[in-house]
Amino acid sequence: MIHAYKLNGLNIILDIASGSVHCVDDVAYDAIIAYESRGSEGARELLRAGYGDGDERGNGESGGNGTRESGGRGNGESGGHGTRESGGRGNADRRDNADGRSNANGRSNANGRSNADGRSITNNLESANGSQRISDGDLDELIAEIEELISHGKLFAKEAFSNLSEQERDPPLKALCLNVSHACNMDCSYCFAGRGEYGGGGLMPLETGKRAIDFLIENSEGRRNLDVDFFGGEPLLNLDVVKGVVNYARRVEQSSEKLFRFTLTTNGLLIDDDVIEFANREMSNVVLSLDGRRETNDSARRLPDGSGSYDAVVPKFKELVARRGGKDYYIRGTYTRGNLDFVNDVVHMADLGFTELSLEPAVARPGSPNRLEMDDLPYLCEQYELLASEMLRREKAGNGFRFYHYMLDLRGGPCVYKRLAGCGSGSEYLAVTPKGELYPCHQFVGDDAFLMGDIWSGVADNGIRESFLKNGMYSRPECVACWARLYCSGGCAANAYHETGSIGGIYRFGCELFKKRIESAIALKIQSGFSAHD
Amino acid sequence: MEENILKRIITIETRDLNCSLEDGGCGECRTSCQSACKTSCGVANQQCENPEFSADTEN
Repeated sequence: MIHAYKLNGLNIILDIASGSVHCVDDVAYDAIIAYESRGSEGARELLRAGYGDGDERGNGESGGNGTRESGGRGNGESGGHGTRESGGRGNADRRDNADGRSNANGRSNANGRSNADGRSITNNLESANGSQRISDGDLDELIAEIEELISHGKLFAKEAFSNLSEQERDPPLKALCLNVSHACNMDCSYCFAGRGEYGGGGLMPLETGKRAIDFLIENSEGRRNLDVDFFGGEPLLNLDVVKGVVNYARRVEQSSEKLFRFTLTTNGLLIDDDVIEFANREMSNVVLSLDGRRETNDSARRLPDGSGSYDAVVPKFKELVARRGGKDYYIRGTYTRGNLDFVNDVVHMADLGFTELSLEPAVARPGSPNRLEMDDLPYLCEQYELLASEMLRREKAGNGFRFYHYMLDLRGGPCVYKRLAGCGSGSEYLAVTPKGELYPCHQFVGDDAFLMGDIWSGVADNGIRESFLKNGMYSRPECVACWARLYCSGGCAANAYHETGSIGGIYRFGCELFKKRIESAIALKIQSGFSAHD
Repeated sequence: MEENILKRIITIETRDLNCSLEDGGCGECRTSCQSACKTSCGVANQQCENPEFSADTEN
């Protein structure tokens, strides 16, 4: 399966099974799509008709714009969600070499054949836009290029890993979301935890937290890296227990041959000098909640008296980050139907000096004013394109920032085992309540149907763990047919459950947004890479 | 970013998922909700813990 789309002046072909990413000119774009369905001769025939000398030029199979699914497993998802016709936006800086076939950098392809550098090739790709005719000789070369990629397993690759989905998985536990507080000092409008209380539970006692650490060690055979997220509610309402749990874990990690990595997710109200010193010493990551502009933030992130948190927390976040010494952090927020122009909020946070940003779409129940609707998709997709353009502009200007959903490690990144396993909720990752109860993840806490046991007696034999293990993307026909399946791994089980009543359901709105983010992220990576060559 | 460049096609260097069947699977990576998502599934945004495969996250 391939996924072909046009965005920000780029023609992009994703080869799903290999994970390959190809940036191509218009002719190659049409040729690859045609080759998949018609083979070599069929592609030649189509391209001669579309681009051949002396013919009225057409556009092959691709159409002029939009996303296109190809691959014989088409699912009718193409187009219609805000992709753009290629047209050169963001490419003006790569027009300095007219000869797309020079060997300026002497770099080689997989066969050792020298080729041009990124600038000249990109210029060649651009020059093809809307005006190119090709000779039979050029056509032969193009088909040869395509077949070279096929032979190297980078185009139309078959999945070598599909049988993994049929194998029984029994992965060890490796991460806990430790809900140390089912209380909160805020009253945010979109809180999935019911004002942070999850229906009650209070604060986690230290002994419960220590037992959770032991439970994690006991159930993580074969894993060294263990992650614990202090979450809530507001975890700083139970700071002494957070500190106590960290101290306990540090005492036992050597003898147990484990490495604990802690994350603190906080609304920031209780951050003080002591918290900053502790968090920056012990937390490998801190997630600081802010929704962007003051008016955006304060309309949703409210204190019990109705006032907003912006003025109280921004100075604290600035100080914590300034003293963090380069360790990981995220300024993390939520956008709702109240701020569909969320890019203004991301940019605002960047303008505050923060460089590690995340803004997530709210997942609100029907009837909520926060709920994002399908009608909002076109505008939101434009926003994600705008965000990528702004990130590229700022990167070139030397004041770039990172956006969590645009962080893609193309050369590395998750292996196929990880991509098939998904987020690990219900097996590798569990949430622990203040009473020591176990749930598949923080978003299921308080729902009796998903109570999995407790940290003293362990995971109960009630089928919940198994249901999550079997809930991979191969279990859904819609996912099997979707090009994005190895990027989202089937999506968030909690979102699916809350939207459809089943963890195996499809949260279609979320799917569409996710696909747009991945398309934008890959385009940004390509453009950023080209810029680096300039 | 390194690319393999043909005449009309630039192939961006990526981790080959089929090959990762052989060189992946250590399981030492973070679960996706340990980072910054919490309400979605950002597996593609995760890093590989194997130093051989984790070097390119500039965006």
